[in-house]
Order: sequence, then C-alpha cells, then structure tokens
Amino acid sequence: MATLEIHDLHVSVDAENGPREILKGVDLTIKQGETHAVMGPNGSGKSTLAYSLAGHPKYTVTGGTVTLDGEDVLEMSVDERARAGVFLAMQYPVEVPGVSVSNFLRTSATAIRGEAPKLRTWVKEVREAMEKLSMDPAFAERNVNEGFSGGEKKRHEILQLELLKPRIAILDETDSGLDVDALRIVSEGVNRVRETGEVGTLLITHYTRILRYIKPDFVHVFANGRIVESGGAELADQLENEGYDKYVKGGASA
Amino acid sequence: MAEAQNIPAGSTTAGSIAVAAESTVATRMSAPPSFDVADFPVPHGREEEWRFTPLARLRGLHDGTAVATGEGVRVEIEAPEGVTVETVGRDDERLRKAGKPVDRVAAQAYSSFEKASVVTVAKEAVLAEPIRVAVHGQGGVAFGHQVIELGAFAEAVVVIDHTGDAVLAANVDFVLGDGAKLTVVSVQDWDKDAVHVAQHNALLGRDASFKSVVVTFGGDVVRLHPRVSYSAPGGSAELFGLYFTDAGQHQEHRLLVDHNTPHCTSNVAYKGALQGQDAHAVWIGDVLIQAAAEGTDTYELNRNLVLTDGARVDSVPNLEIETGEIAGAGHASATGRFDDEQLFYLMARGIPETEARRLVVRGFFAELVQQIGLPDVEERLIAKVEAELEASV
Repeated sequence: MATLEIHDLHVSVDAENGPREILKGVDLTIKQGETHAVMGPNGSGKSTLAYSLAGHPKYTVTGGTVTLDGEDVLEMSVDERARAGVFLAMQYPVEVPGVSVSNFLRTSATAIRGEAPKLRTWVKEVREAMEKLSMDPAFAERNVNEGFSGGEKKRHEILQLELLKPRIAILDETDSGLDVDALRIVSEGVNRVRETGEVGTLLITHYTRILRYIKPDFVHVFANGRIVESGGAELADQLENEGYDKYVKGGASA
Repeated sequence: MAEAQNIPAGSTTAGSIAVAAESTVATRMSAPPSFDVADFPVPHGREEEWRFTPLARLRGLHDGTAVATGEGVRVEIEAPEGVTVETVGRDDERLRKAGKPVDRVAAQAYSSFEKASVVTVAKEAVLAEPIRVAVHGQGGVAFGHQVIELGAFAEAVVVIDHTGDAVLAANVDFVLGDGAKLTVVSVQDWDKDAVHVAQHNALLGRDASFKSVVVTFGGDVVRLHPRVSYSAPGGSAELFGLYFTDAGQHQEHRLLVDHNTPHCTSNVAYKGALQGQDAHAVWIGDVLIQAAAEGTDTYELNRNLVLTDGARVDSVPNLEIETGEIAGAGHASATGRFDDEQLFYLMARGIPETEARRLVVRGFFAELVQQIGLPDVEERLIAKVEAELEASV
C-alpha cells in the first residue's frame, strides 16, 4: 500500500533579501485510499507544500524528509516523482504552445506507464474520460492550456488525474475560480479516482465548499508554515463557522 | 502616400521584438538597387538594412576586402530530363532579368562572379524528379550567380543544399514563365564558420506559382534576402522559412514581396527556434502593395521560440499599402519563450526534460513543415530539428 510520509519538512524560497523560510516543519502521512484536506489562510504555505512535493525548482528543501514507500522523493527529479506516482493538479496550469492536448496526454501516459498505450484503446479511454468531465472532443486538438478558461484548465488537470492514475494525488486549490457546475464536475472526477481506493489524496483548499462534494477522512489546519491542528471532517465544519482567525493569531504569536 | 503598419504581438524577457519606426521600403535602403558595387557606400552598421548584422563577421564581403579564392565552393547540379544546365559568362543577358542587387554585398557578388549557372526548364515540361543543386564550401571565398528559369506552364522542384565551410556571396534568380510552378528549397546546413550572404530574386509571370522554402541551421553568419515581384497578374507566392539558431550564430532573413501588379497573392510564414548564448535571429518582413496592385491578398507571419536565456530575436514586420482596393493584407509577429514553468509542467507529468523540450519544439515547427508539401524534405527537416535538440543537451 502506497504511503507518502512527510517528516519535519522545511522549505525556503529565494526572496530579494535572502532565503525566506515558508514551510517550518511539516509532518503528514498520507496512505493510499485516504483523503486528507489541508486547509489554511492565504499565505500560510499550502501551495508551497504542493509544489515542493512535486519538485518545483523555485523551492529549496532545507530540512526534513519525504518518502514514498520508503523511497526518498526529495532525491528524485520532477519527472521521476511523477513516474513514481506523485501527481500535482496545479492551481495555475501552464500554457504549452504548439503541443496539442492529445499529444501531451499520450506522451505523458507513455512516460508514466513505461510504454505507449495501445492506440485504439487509448483513443477510447481518452474520449470516455473527456465525456465524463463534459469536455468537447475538439478540446483534444487545442494546445495545452492555451486560451483555456479557468474551468477548462481545471477539468484538463482532472482529466490527467484520471488517465495517469497516480498513487498520490495533490490537488492544489482545484476549486478556486470554479462556478458551482464546474466544481461539481471536477469533484465527481476526483471522486471517481478516489473510489478506486488506489490513490491517496491531498486536497489543498482555502474554502470548505469543495468538501461538500469530496468528503475528507482527515482535515488539517495549515498556518504559518506547518500543520497546527488535525481532526476529522468535523474540523472543516468548525472552520466554516469560525474561520482561520484563531490560527492566524496563534501562528503570529508563536 | 505609403502607410506603414506594425502590429507586434507579444514579447518576452529573453527574446525581444524590435519594431521599425514608420518608414518605407525604398527610403530605408542606403542606395537604390544597382548591379554595380561602386553604387553602394561601404556600410558602417547604422544603416537600416545593416543595423542588425555583425559586419565584422562578414569576412570582408561588405567592404571589398574579400577576394575570391580558387577553392571557394564546388557547385554540382543534377537535373532530370527536360532541363538544360549551362555555365555562362558575365555578359549573358539572362543573368539580369529577375532583379537588381539591393545592397552592397549582393552588388559585390554580381560585380565579382566569373561564371554563372543557368538552369532552364523547357516550357510545359513537368519534372518528375527535383533538380538538385549542391553548393559545397571548400573553405575559401566565392561569389556566385545562379539562374533558374521555367518556361510557360513548366513545373519543377529545386533543392539547393549548402554544406561545408565557405565565405559566399551570391545572387540566385528564379524566373517563372506564365502558368509555371516552381518550388525551391534552399537548405543552409553549413559548418560552423561559414558566412553566407545571398539575395534571391523571384519574378513571376502571369498565373505563375512560386513556393520558396528556406531552411537555415548552420553557419556563423547567414543573411538571406528572398524577394518576390510579379511581371503580370495572377501570380501567387508562398515563402516559408524555418531556422534553428544556436549559440553564437547570426541568422538573418529579410523578405520583400513587391506587389507591383494587380490580383497577385503572397503568403509568408517563417518560424525559428533559438538556443544558447548570443544566438541571434533577425527577421524582416517587408510587403509593399503598390498603387497599381489592386486585388492583392497578402499575409506574413513570423514566430520565434526562445529555448534558453542569452538568445536574441529581432522581428520586424512591415506592410506598406498604397491602395485601398485590396482583397486582404495582414501580418503577425510573436516571440515566445520556452520557460522553466513549461518544463516543470511537462516534467510533472512524467515527461523527461529532453523529451519535453523536443515536444515543444517539434510542435512549434510541425504546422509549418506540413505546408512544405514535399514528404522527403519534411522528414529531413524534422530529423534535423531533432539533431539540433540532441546536440544541445
């Protein structure tokens, strides 16, 4: 069973006046089949956690460990992490001019699966996955993220999630900028993947809204670069009613 | 009254787009076209037509100090039946048909060559095989002149291959009879020290179709000047270009389509990728629609993909319209950057770095390559692009 273990993770970024520490000792263990919601105010370091796990070069790990089934994730390059089964659905997916969605998906699936998917079954697989996300087939011929609306970008991220079948899925504010319909469609996609029981999900969000569609097993409150409280789904209800105020103040005085 | 329009679209931190101030094609040149090198002052580098070119690297082609050596270039022409290949002296009148040199190096080439090649395709001959012109540099200095002339309704493909090392200044003329169809592929696959400056003049007869495919990979300095004009209505010109500019290379393509005749069309599309320190690509796209050229339809496009820091692009589209009675006219220029975020995005989907770069560059060129319409040339180009990418990793 796949397990992602984050232990005492410290991460900094280069700022104008030297490195600035953003993650200040994160501990979190995600097992296959579990869904963890990480919730926190803006600027608390939630996205830094997501990008650090995927290996974005902007972030420097200064301490701690991340392992996937005992393998050192921090030693892996970005593509190696993806092939090991770590998937990051990005808050701001990047435009890649000149590369069609269909070519991108196939290249990516080939890399992740270790062999090119059989063309006939692949075409069907993509078509069906797109249908479930209410995506127009013409979408496949557009260039990756180029001119996509916010909702299209997020659907495209979830399409990849469904096709690449990672062991650990990190969803970075997948709900941001979505209207209710798009949120429902995207959440249903995430739930289809979760229902296989083969993915551990780290759902990073600012709002509790998406948790009405995707029920977490664990909720963690993230503030000032670390997890400050953990609980079950009921913790989300508490955040819904009380907001992050007490954590922000607590973080500031700590 | 000429009107200049410049509509650049997009720029990046690594590449840059320079846009010419309002100007006309004619007044931008420092001297009127002429066959005589003495009619052009030695450029000093500030002139509009020379301001992007590193004169010091032209090995004397621009100031008269370059002198032809015996071992300049070797030219071999392979032609199928229906084609006449001649070597002629300076006085052959066919050498002056397509157009005059417009800058000092082209005039130097015209003033300095001793023998020229004239390739003639008989009227109504439709060639099954391409005419192949191999220009192989032997390490010396050469001045060349080639003419390819198609009789009425003839159809031909010409592939001109430049390889080896040389300092070469040349004029290449294409004269198309009425209804003739000519595709010219000019590949600049020089060794790294080569210097190549050439003017291509195409003159299109009534209803003639001209397709030029310019492919520049090698050389230290390559500066090409493809030009098209029309001798009668109904002509159509397609000018495609692909370049891959590596560290230290200067590759400059300056195009002029002179719509001097009614009801002609032109379509220009050049795409380039750049990588490495001081890779410099220059694209000048001049389209002139003269007052008489009613019914003209023209479009020109330049796209650049900057793969690494340290590369520079100057892209200057320039459309001058002297009549309102046209079918269409437009242009576009954009320089984009293959940046770290794109790389991260692709790699975060399991795609290794080299493959990610290849994916983006291949995608960038694919649409253009498909328009060439010659499968073996297309395959060769894709292979060459791949090789350039391999070499860079």
